[in-house]
Amino acid sequence: MRETVASDTVLDEIDRNLINALHGDFPLVPEPYRLVAEALGLSEAEVLRRLDSLLERRVLTRFGPMFQIERAGGAFVLAAMRVPEAGFERVAAQVNAFPEVAHNYRREHAMNMWFVLATATPQGIARTIAAIEAETGLPVFAFPKEREYFVEMKLRA
Amino acid sequence: MREMKLEQDLDATDRRLMVATQAGLPRVSRPYDVLAEQLGITADEVLRRLQRMLDCGVIRRIGAIPNHYAIGYTANGMSVWDVDDSRIDELGEQVGALEFVTHCYHRPRRLPQWPYNLFAMVHGHGRPEVDAKVDQIGLILGDACYHRDVLFSTQILKKTGLRISG
Repeated sequence: MRETVASDTVLDEIDRNLINALHGDFPLVPEPYRLVAEALGLSEAEVLRRLDSLLERRVLTRFGPMFQIERAGGAFVLAAMRVPEAGFERVAAQVNAFPEVAHNYRREHAMNMWFVLATATPQGIARTIAAIEAETGLPVFAFPKEREYFVEMKLRA
Repeated sequence: MREMKLEQDLDATDRRLMVATQAGLPRVSRPYDVLAEQLGITADEVLRRLQRMLDCGVIRRIGAIPNHYAIGYTANGMSVWDVDDSRIDELGEQVGALEFVTHCYHRPRRLPQWPYNLFAMVHGHGRPEVDAKVDQIGLILGDACYHRDVLFSTQILKKTGLRISG
């Protein structure tokens, strides 16, 4: 389950420029990759080749529209559990088996398992939490957002 | 806050477009033509619908999601803060505006186990860099903050992203 990145993954200057150029605002025009390529002084074929390679090497986990599921009627909630060390692997497997679990991270804290639930309806969140509690025998703490503060996507490669 | 109920405005074609693009955009010269053909609509309509979903916030942005680790951000700390409720919005906006904060939310406390109500995700090239950035957040919050902690991630147990079914 551990996500790994090849340690020999080497990003050159062009890769970094391409990643930074693709942070957002991908053009909504018939030939968008050509426009991105022109801005970077590359050929369209080079942009496509490098983008394929970055995705294949898992430097990029995804390329496309990022949906805000709440705006489409769905729900997205951060949740956490305090999992005893001895049972950690078992509980991780039980939690990850739920398709509603989109991401799951181990963190250093008594509250040591943090995951995001994404469901098609708001009612799906409570249902999934109840099912996870029944499956693992542990309480789930839900942290729905009360307010989101604006951030730019600004980590530069 | 921009909160709108828009689900009723999304029609079946929008939902099919969401499902068709959730794994990613086609990486060919004319990606929207490929989607148009898949959905049985024109490329113009694909562009129009994507633009509309961007405008109303159903799509946050169209672009690349980097694996933070692969682009050098090897440390990831979820900083959590117990902030005076009467000041959290004003301070949360300031924290979100910091260039190294990638997510910033007001969330409920879960007392007694969890006293924190402000969550700010901080990425850095190593833990010392994250710690220094967290200290900068601490300076902004000042005496409006009573307790704080940083939860470093030690393992990605799952990362599949969200799945929408048609």
